[in-house]
Amino acid sequence: MSELRDAGAPVIEGPVFEAVDLRVWYATDRGPVRAVDGVSFSVRRGEILGLVGESGCGKSTLGRGLIGLLPEGSGRDGELRFQGRDMLALTGREQRALRGSDLGMIFQEPLTRLNPLMRISEHFEETLKIHEPGLSKAETEARALAILRVMGIPPTRYRAYPHEFSGGMRQRLMIALALVLRPAFVVADEPTTALDVLVEAQIIRILHDLRSEFDTALLLITHNLGIIAEACDRVAVMYAGEIVEIGDAKAVFSNPKHPYTRELLRSTISLSTTGLNYIDGAPPDLVEPPSGCHFHPRCPDAMAVCAQRHPVDRDHGEGHRAACWATDVADGLQLDASERAPLEREEIAVADEA
Amino acid sequence: MPTKPDIDATPAKERSATVLDLDDLAVHFQLQGNALSRVLGLRGRVVKAVDGVSLSLARGEVLGVVGESGSGKTTLGRALLGLAPTSSGSITYHSADRGRRVVSEMRGAELRELRTDLQMVFQDPHAALNPSMTIEEAVGHPLVIHKIAKGADLKRRVEASLERVGLSPTERFMTKFPSDLSGGQKQRAVIARAIILDPEVLVADEPVSMLDMSVRAKILQLMLDLKNDLGLTYVYITHDLASAKYFCDRIAIMYLGRIVEIGPTEEIFAQPRHPYTKALLAAIPEPDPEKMVPRNLPRGEIPDAADPPLGCSFHPRCPEAVAGCGWESRDLRTLVEEHWTRTDTAYDEEQRVLGDLGRLDKPSTTAALGSGGSQAVRGILDGIRAEDTTEPLWSGVTSIEDSASGVTVHFQPAEPPALRRAGGVDVACVLYPDDGTPAD
Repeated sequence: MSELRDAGAPVIEGPVFEAVDLRVWYATDRGPVRAVDGVSFSVRRGEILGLVGESGCGKSTLGRGLIGLLPEGSGRDGELRFQGRDMLALTGREQRALRGSDLGMIFQEPLTRLNPLMRISEHFEETLKIHEPGLSKAETEARALAILRVMGIPPTRYRAYPHEFSGGMRQRLMIALALVLRPAFVVADEPTTALDVLVEAQIIRILHDLRSEFDTALLLITHNLGIIAEACDRVAVMYAGEIVEIGDAKAVFSNPKHPYTRELLRSTISLSTTGLNYIDGAPPDLVEPPSGCHFHPRCPDAMAVCAQRHPVDRDHGEGHRAACWATDVADGLQLDASERAPLEREEIAVADEA
Repeated sequence: MPTKPDIDATPAKERSATVLDLDDLAVHFQLQGNALSRVLGLRGRVVKAVDGVSLSLARGEVLGVVGESGSGKTTLGRALLGLAPTSSGSITYHSADRGRRVVSEMRGAELRELRTDLQMVFQDPHAALNPSMTIEEAVGHPLVIHKIAKGADLKRRVEASLERVGLSPTERFMTKFPSDLSGGQKQRAVIARAIILDPEVLVADEPVSMLDMSVRAKILQLMLDLKNDLGLTYVYITHDLASAKYFCDRIAIMYLGRIVEIGPTEEIFAQPRHPYTKALLAAIPEPDPEKMVPRNLPRGEIPDAADPPLGCSFHPRCPEAVAGCGWESRDLRTLVEEHWTRTDTAYDEEQRVLGDLGRLDKPSTTAALGSGGSQAVRGILDGIRAEDTTEPLWSGVTSIEDSASGVTVHFQPAEPPALRRAGGVDVACVLYPDDGTPAD
């Protein structure tokens, strides 16, 4: 199979996808919602980048914004390059041509994305006919069966309807449909949220193993830090439209540089949890995000400067970047005593929460 | 109507140690058959959502009921409140005030009245609150329905309840509609509504699974505080073993309507015994980058409860299955199909030789297979066997006989294993025969 390559060390090359100061906003009656507010990152070939954050932090918008699947009344700005091409300069038609064959998407609810009246075979035939019109019927079937085998779906089920599959199988079908076109970059938006824990683990394993079988780069969007830890090479932590920390997953988890990452890790209930921790307050309204650092109203480390000036995105070595004044001060940055003073703020009520 | 003791009073009264007793409880749902079977008066299939569950809930304890979707855990929780009909067996509620009452025999008004003592917190706070009711109306509604309070007294009690769940200053929330509240706040309101009648038992069905990570711990902490302050007993229904580990005193693991393992939380986590419990534990994604993606995962998914596997219902997925687990015809089909995901050259020919695999879909310990002659079929089966000689299905095969067009495979029949004592817990698994260990 040509889309399979020998299992070996992942190929390290230039970025497949690169965003610089990317902004995405939606128009509302109250003004623009700045769902993605100046994020910069890149994804390399064969790499899995995890994107984690709470509901409403803009992670899904970012994922959709990357492949141009935004609704009416939204806008994109900044720089976005896919394999060196400027995505924001492309026309709608050119973008559509890229989607599917070069850019794939895996959604959360597989049942709503499969046509209940079409057999699985017809889904594959339609997909391949649109994007690779030269393919014969036999070639189409061979391609589809090959990818289904990789996903663990037997060929006997090729002519079944979506309702005849279980939830986990449907998600495998979605992944197969996205990968049959061999895209260079795939966005998976909460692909396991609707699944049971054992099936979730199966799907995570499939996604994790993609890189040894395909050359696809993957952006895995999730709210589950455990999934990031198990499946991803690098992780980007998003808060209120910004990436507050990004880096190698091991480095970020073992030595978080941003208080939000640290508190998010602390508030996750895992098997090693011995006490309950949580982050006070709620994520901000993205029409009028807080001044300075967006996290300062909820941050236990906040200083006076955090409410006044936006922190600088700083590299902590090997691409581990974070934007936090407190971390900078701990690393030796000199600030005025008035700027370093603990932030005075209103009491947060118990129930002010997400 | 006697007013309930003030919610600040400590529950120091003499009470029986057990608050709920389930004896061989079964909740079966009749599926609607097709038109023809209705005309002919045939009965449709039956889903055994809860199938023979016995347990007792001690006063003041937190019992976790853990399982995947389709395990029957939600139905079990609903049955406790009389929200799902009991097909057989019984639920007995030992009321602190009124003594022994049999929930499974209650109807109508009696059941409604029972819910002043047993209350439920639902999974989805967005759906559990009426969007056209203010928080004040919603939280006070139980008092109105049960004609316990009205006017100023009603308002006072609503305020007290809201305050208790942290929705204060209460005037900020009383006039709000659910759509004005965040997910965590809505779940607080749902909890306020559940505790306003001062119940004894709270059945919480996935109370935090719809909430963001940063809020889950807050709501769990609130529930723990309420338990201590109000002397509540919880049934905590969840798919999340990690939160159950922190939250529960005792845990029951459910699979396809049955409890497969039950015991004290520490014992379950220190030494999980049932292969399903072990699998659930291994599959939890831990935020620890040193932990790798689990490899030895159970295959497949939770089967159709209307047609559960023969023998132990977990055996088709079990990584530790043995000969006596109840292997059957459908397992053979799965095995052949799995084999076809590994080969692409031999598929067409092998499918012709094996013929219609649909014949294997009827659960049986005798499986007729093949249409291309017994030698050819045996050859394929031997090939599959050679691919993985450790596959436990083969150990359950007692004989393979030649038939006219193919072969007939006979499997060793098996009964579903019963819960048996093993160390400090009870396990339903053939790997743990009754060892006569006394309870710790």
